[in-house]
Amino acid sequence: MASSSLNTVHTAYDSKVEGNMILTRVDAAINWMRKNSLWPMPMGLACCAIELMATASSRFDISRFGMEVMRFSPRQADVLIVSGTVTYKMALAVKRIWDQMPEPKWCVAMGACASSGGMYRSYAVLQGIDRLIPVDVYISGCPPRPEALIEGLLALQKKIEGEESTMAQKKAYFEGKAKA
Amino acid sequence: MSSATDVTRLREAFGGKILETVEFRGEQTVRVELGSLHDVLAQCRNDHGYAMVLDVASVDHFGEEPRFEIVYEIASVDDAKRLRVKAKVAEGEAVASATDLWAGADWHEREVWDMMGIAFANHPNLKRILMWEGYPFFPLRKDFPLAGRPSEMPDVAFSGVAPLEGGPFVTCAGGENTVVREPRARVVE
Repeated sequence: MASSSLNTVHTAYDSKVEGNMILTRVDAAINWMRKNSLWPMPMGLACCAIELMATASSRFDISRFGMEVMRFSPRQADVLIVSGTVTYKMALAVKRIWDQMPEPKWCVAMGACASSGGMYRSYAVLQGIDRLIPVDVYISGCPPRPEALIEGLLALQKKIEGEESTMAQKKAYFEGKAKA
Repeated sequence: MSSATDVTRLREAFGGKILETVEFRGEQTVRVELGSLHDVLAQCRNDHGYAMVLDVASVDHFGEEPRFEIVYEIASVDDAKRLRVKAKVAEGEAVASATDLWAGADWHEREVWDMMGIAFANHPNLKRILMWEGYPFFPLRKDFPLAGRPSEMPDVAFSGVAPLEGGPFVTCAGGENTVVREPRARVVE
């Protein structure tokens, strides 16, 4: 019996063989694993970092979404949460940390300052971290409430869900073959 | 002993090198020649008990000569006396550092150097404190635009121009009407 799971990106049980077999596509399985174990790299630069800490602790608790493993080494993280004002003096340090993170990786610009420079229209502040590194999710707020950060991270999960993790590689492989 | 009597004693000791003394609501301010600034500060610390430097500030009187003014805020610990010592500084002139009197003046003087570009002679470690070493401008000078200027040091740092349009960040005091007081953007050449 054909499972309806073939038509969706979600994995699902077939009721006849429940517990024994899961039908899915490789891409969907990989995305499912990735999105449910995001390891954030907290880039706490200003007051947004306080909200980020609140988000991680018991009241809001992002471990409900599998994101509680904050790593203070970029080599063990896959989501860079830029929370706070990025000054020019700090900008290249943020870039360096981003460069040290292994692929696949995502970036969240948390709050007005990280997204656009915020109220700091000044000689000292980078006008948005997206001038330096690619941003996947922008979260408005000054600072955003923990709920807003959680919604942003859920949006990131949704984005990861739709990614073609192996398709792109496959395509590149076959196109390379066709040329050769 | 109050700071008013200290001002009188400074006047007796330095005479014409004290250019001006001002009392405003109990605050004592002494304006001295730049050349005798360090001597005045030394006497304040050694003879009058001003054991602490609270702040070192600088003012840019853009368009006047001499252009800058350096302000030392000093205080005594035991009887809470406060005294403000000022001196005018021309562009390119160096101020004798007060770090030999108060170790606490070190970072304050570095900040003055970083932001305003007033150099200090005999400072043990005169380098930038907020901006990075090699940044070509002094951002708190009046002729430096708030939006900043582009600068580039490959692999070290860079800076750009911030957009000021539409922000509440460009008001200038004293204009006749709101159109003058709050322009959409202010361009400084």
